[in-house]
Amino acid sequence: MKAETRRHASEWLVTLPSFVWLLLLFLVPTVLVFAITFKPPTPYGGIGEGWTLNTLRTLGNPNYPAIIWRTVWLSVAATAICILLATPMGYYMARVSPARRRLVLLLVILPFWTSFLVRIFAWKVLLHPEGLLKNTLVFLGLVGAETSLLYNAWSVLLVMVYTELPFAILPIYAAAEKFDFRLIEAAKDLGASSFCAFRSVFLPGIRVGLLTAFLMVFIPSLGSYVIPDIVGGPTSEMIGNKIAQRTFVDRNLPHAAGLSAFLTVAVLIPMIAITTLRGKESPRDTLREEGI
Amino acid sequence: MKPSRLPMLVTWSVILFFYVPIVILVANSFNSSRFGGSWESASLKWYIRLMNEPSIWHALTNTLIIAGVATLASMVLGTSAAFALHRFAGTRLQKVHYSVIYTPLVLPEILMGLSMLLFFVQLKVQLGLATIAIAHVTFCLSYVAMTVLARLQDFDFAIIEAAQDLGAGWWTTLWRVLIPMLAPGILAGGLLAFTLSIDDFVISFFVAGPGSTTLPIKIYSMIKYGAPPLINALSTILLVITFSCVIASQYMSNRDRRTA
Repeated sequence: MKAETRRHASEWLVTLPSFVWLLLLFLVPTVLVFAITFKPPTPYGGIGEGWTLNTLRTLGNPNYPAIIWRTVWLSVAATAICILLATPMGYYMARVSPARRRLVLLLVILPFWTSFLVRIFAWKVLLHPEGLLKNTLVFLGLVGAETSLLYNAWSVLLVMVYTELPFAILPIYAAAEKFDFRLIEAAKDLGASSFCAFRSVFLPGIRVGLLTAFLMVFIPSLGSYVIPDIVGGPTSEMIGNKIAQRTFVDRNLPHAAGLSAFLTVAVLIPMIAITTLRGKESPRDTLREEGI
Repeated sequence: MKPSRLPMLVTWSVILFFYVPIVILVANSFNSSRFGGSWESASLKWYIRLMNEPSIWHALTNTLIIAGVATLASMVLGTSAAFALHRFAGTRLQKVHYSVIYTPLVLPEILMGLSMLLFFVQLKVQLGLATIAIAHVTFCLSYVAMTVLARLQDFDFAIIEAAQDLGAGWWTTLWRVLIPMLAPGILAGGLLAFTLSIDDFVISFFVAGPGSTTLPIKIYSMIKYGAPPLINALSTILLVITFSCVIASQYMSNRDRRTA
């Protein structure tokens, strides 16, 4: 009995520092976002007294459905492209010699450690109207001189795929590395074609990796803000841009809070769904699957 | 049967896709032309101009102060969190603890940024270096906890019992046994926290105040309103630093694996 209480006390002792920190600085602020949605803004950009439903009403803004739809389709498209490219890569990396595998892994991880803004900026330079790619395409007669490669939904999608691809490759590779490739041989011996073996043996075998990749690309995509801000234009704004605009330009914090509350709910649904689907996989593998 | 070449082709094309923009960026930093559409002449003029920009040095100092504080604090909090999660795995408290540590890893940064801004505004806290550092500790904590947790998997708790049987108090056990054995994991987590803190833009941007411009915030405003060639040069310097750090750490961990 005494040992039991002591164990209990020491559990609380080591849990409290991080738990209290996250309670105060992560959970409380998240709940606050929902509460502030119902607060009036002050003219000086602060949060007023009393309660109001005004923000909720202004969220019915007719521009929002288009922005929400764009956010969803860009995120779905980016996730699909990332998984489509990452799956054959995971397969390749799991099958090559260890030395080659280390090289590919290093080449995939390097951009991941590189400054996020620098990588986005690199594309801005490349796609710039006076940049190399544009000049080459115009020279080859593939695009007209007036076509803009920047500031549209396609440039946003391209850069989203560019920055998020490592988050799809690493979990899929981690799952493929554990996959028993003799199963594919067996399927082929039993008469399956290469493609059929890939689809009905390999893909189910790396299911956890695919789900983690989905989670790691889709959810951050929904909250994209810097990419559409730098390489996108007015016609490619996402929810994240609106949140930032309400915060920094209009300084209407309750309105920004309302949009954030909406995004939080939108993000939690796929997150809970995937975590349930992924089942009770060991939490300690998660980190490795996230490639860290 | 001949194996399909498709996976190999996809892999190397993607790697090409990863590096082409970076190579062009680096090449442009030595180009004296403004937009790099054409090559005028090789020059170091953008680097020289960069060195004479005091606001960049100021932003760099801020970034390093924040990263230092955030790394140290998140190493302490993250390690104790990982220890609790591992040692008492399965209790209801740890299940809740695990989900509050895991969720910030997946949640979009903008949500964390705005929620902390609202929190600080509501408490009437002056925005500045301190608020950025607090925000960084919050997200770094999760990364450190996860990294240390991965290392704890191979940890044999019998060693702790052995130390205590031999008369070590908990303080001695902590400093002479536990921390030295977990050091590689704690350091790896700290390195990750440091890198993430230095690179963070979104969260910092939301909780920054006057005079607390960090390097990513400075780079962002240069991208939005400023001089492309200067950012080319700055980016190249950052790329050289990160590439050499990653390659060095990769080399060291490979060497460790061979000697182990």
